[in-house]
Amino acid sequence: MKARVHIMLKTGVLDPQGEAVRHALGSLGFEGVNGVRQGKVIELDLADGATEAQVKEMCEKLLANTVIESYSVEMS
Amino acid sequence: MHAAVIVFPGSNCDRDLAVALKAAGAKVSMVWHKDTSLPDGVDLIAIPGGFSFGDYLRCGAIAANSPICRAVVAHGEKGGYVLGICNGFQVLTETGLLPGALLRNAGLKYICRPVGLRVETTDSPYTARYSDGQEITIPIAHHDGNYHCDADTLAQLRGENRVAFRYVDTPNGALDDIAGILSPNRRVLGMMPHPERMAEPAHGGTDGAPMFAGLVDDLVSA
Repeated sequence: MKARVHIMLKTGVLDPQGEAVRHALGSLGFEGVNGVRQGKVIELDLADGATEAQVKEMCEKLLANTVIESYSVEMS
Repeated sequence: MHAAVIVFPGSNCDRDLAVALKAAGAKVSMVWHKDTSLPDGVDLIAIPGGFSFGDYLRCGAIAANSPICRAVVAHGEKGGYVLGICNGFQVLTETGLLPGALLRNAGLKYICRPVGLRVETTDSPYTARYSDGQEITIPIAHHDGNYHCDADTLAQLRGENRVAFRYVDTPNGALDDIAGILSPNRRVLGMMPHPERMAEPAHGGTDGAPMFAGLVDDLVSA
């Protein structure tokens, strides 16, 4: 089974990379992009029987830094 | 005084840090990240700058979960001295020994140059040899040195006088100009600038030397 973890900087934490992407889109002529936030996606290939709770524990301990990042988990 | 310098794959300031500690009079042991325990009688753990594990995932995140870091956290939690410089500071925030996190520099650029720092407290073994408000010049070399913490943590750092150094002219967007912070017991220091790169005249300045001298003083007399 697989899990997909989405990690984003928390609301209120400045994302200078997202801001640079927003500027670049503007200079390419894409109008009306009011904000860009850049995050990351981590895909895990897991043994059968793995639970969402286990993946959340992985997020808390290593995959995300909950001081600055929030995460969400999709199991499939 | 016995110091242990931790070496991770990708550490690149470990030898400079060892030289600065030895020059101040410390005995230094280099400790590999896969070791699970520290040499007997270690007073200070020093975590050097560099790019541990290639900065994969987040700066310092993999290092903070390496075998030796369990011993580092235990040493810090029982009141031992821990110094983290640059990547070492990032590792200390990832272990939770120090609060907050280091974000990408606000200008997105890697910055490598000497900067002005203000010594904000002399109430720590690291800063006792400086004077309050003294301005010193120490180099920085980092891409992710933009200190961030929540409002409650910032209020606590200020209220407990735990900001050790502030930038005179912040180069990286750091919250409240913070360049280095102390733990509640003032024995754990994390800082982005590199005092070991300004520790002898050949470096172009010696503003970093009093930190190592003060540390050795404190630990020898303890």
